[in-house]
Amino acid sequence: STRCFAALNPELKTTLDKVVTSHKVILFMKGTKDFPQCGFSNTVVQILRSANVPFETINILDNEMLRQGLKEYSQWPTFPQLYIDGEFFGGCDITVEAYKSGELQELLEKASLS
Amino acid sequence: MGVSKEQVESALRSKLSPSHIEVIDTSGGCGASFQVEIVSEEFEGKRLLERHRMVNGALVEEMKDIHALSITKALTPDQWNIKQQESATSQPPSTTT
Repeated sequence: STRCFAALNPELKTTLDKVVTSHKVILFMKGTKDFPQCGFSNTVVQILRSANVPFETINILDNEMLRQGLKEYSQWPTFPQLYIDGEFFGGCDITVEAYKSGELQELLEKASLS
Repeated sequence: MGVSKEQVESALRSKLSPSHIEVIDTSGGCGASFQVEIVSEEFEGKRLLERHRMVNGALVEEMKDIHALSITKALTPDQWNIKQQESATSQPPSTTT
């Protein structure tokens, strides 16, 4: 298999800037919201569903360049990756923790109002 | 090549000098998958995202071979003590006769 060195070139960075801001809430995950292919991704989908906000998902298993690029862009080594209002929020554990504390709901409400 | 629980633990110990650490191998034998609970003074004044970044950063080498890493707790010693007390006091009071 080929490894993708220096995945995050300026062109890809510009593209990612656009993608992460294309929706208020966007989840980069393994699989899709209707068919998650990993338990961690599924957990975040379920949390966003129960938070009752519109959100978009992108399947990183479909795009190796996006997958490698995002790891560098977010400085986060794993998926899922949740972006709210164009800003990286966290992976599964952070989302779970913030959901329990009510912090996530607060942020989501703020995001959809702005 | 997988990563052992001991490798994960020693990397975290040397880089974050935790006062408490628990690494659980959750792979069930199919590959490197871990659950981490860590208490360190280095987390003082840092938000959760930042703390998780520090843990990920401490495991840069290991992450290449780790399939899944779950950070269930990343607390400061003070937060840890509070949690410990809470769980101690949340036990139902023992009835004495």
